Amino acid sequence: MVFKKVMGMIAELKGEEDDTITSETALLDLNLDSLDIAELIMNIEDEYSINVDDRESIKTVGDVVNFIESKIN
Amino acid sequence: MSFYISGTGSSVPKKVITNFDLMNFLETDDEWISSRTGIRERRVLTDEKLLDLACEAAQNAIFDAHIKADEIDMIICSSLVGDYISPAMSCLIRDKIGSKSKFVFDINMACSGFIYAMDLASVYFDSGRVSKVLIICAESLSRLVDWQDRASCVLFGDGAGAVVLEKGNGLIAVCNKSQANAEILNVPGVRGNNPFSKADDYKSQLTMDGQEVFMFAVSSIIDEINSILENNALSSEDISLFILHQANIRIINTARKKLKQPEIKFPHNIEKYGNTSSASIPILLDELNKEGKLKLNDKLIFCAFGAGLTTGTCIIEWKKKK
Repeated sequence: MVFKKVMGMIAELKGEEDDTITSETALLDLNLDSLDIAELIMNIEDEYSINVDDRESIKTVGDVVNFIESKIN
Repeated sequence: MSFYISGTGSSVPKKVITNFDLMNFLETDDEWISSRTGIRERRVLTDEKLLDLACEAAQNAIFDAHIKADEIDMIICSSLVGDYISPAMSCLIRDKIGSKSKFVFDINMACSGFIYAMDLASVYFDSGRVSKVLIICAESLSRLVDWQDRASCVLFGDGAGAVVLEKGNGLIAVCNKSQANAEILNVPGVRGNNPFSKADDYKSQLTMDGQEVFMFAVSSIIDEINSILENNALSSEDISLFILHQANIRIINTARKKLKQPEIKFPHNIEKYGNTSSASIPILLDELNKEGKLKLNDKLIFCAFGAGLTTGTCIIEWKKKK
């Protein structure tokens, strides 16, 4: 559920769906620039009412999903 | 009884530096800069002084207000760095434009300076001490950026914007906020050659964490605009134009989307001038005024954000007579 939502947010920023993205995909390989990543973080914070404070440890899409799940569960 | 804006003016250096010009000495390109910032060119001081720009902007605003310089009671100049550290820019402007005002001062609240200056002016209007105030925002960021740092020097430009304020009912609300955070955006002070100093060698050059500033800016714009609207029983639909500090088109667009407002209500000129710090809102306001895009009784929101960190937001009702 969270994975699907995050994929939707990434697709919105990229302007298209990308079937090649998996949990293992690194954020740096999403073809998003630093401001897109900042916007993704802000959208996640708004959507789940959480604070993404530990950004250094978040490297992959899976890390994003795990972080959100750890905060909302 | 506070004030209304009775005149606007602006001035930018004649030298245009395009993104292509920057490619002559930086590893960068037009697509990279414009897609990340919206900036295509900026103006940079060459043989002009910042004082020249400040005075031209001031004189334009005075002319637009149909008053004379000697009618001005108070001058406030907002600037990060003037032609001198001392004397203050406002003292030099006063003399050069022929004002007789004895009450002039400078402020340095970075990109939020214009809103802080209007807030200060409102206190003097409320006290009855002034009836006409001149605010000039004059900025020369080209003196403060590291021209070898492609991540930051491409963002900024020089310019000046000015407004004349006169006694009236144009100011609906103003709210300024600040917090201490020198880490994500700063320009170190002058080091001098103090032989006793134990400080490491450094230059007075701007450093910025772009991602952190972006997040601060977008969240501040949304929070401050929503807050000032709610506190004044207004909604976004009551506002004709949202005139934001021109730092990055991506900041403006992201904030606009989150506020669910149409593009036409967020005018911009960052593509021509880059980020001119506190001068960006008055320069854009002057363009809108001269293009006839401001209608009597329009409600406008000005929202700025910058180093400090600071934010400044106000609601203005456009009361300028033609």
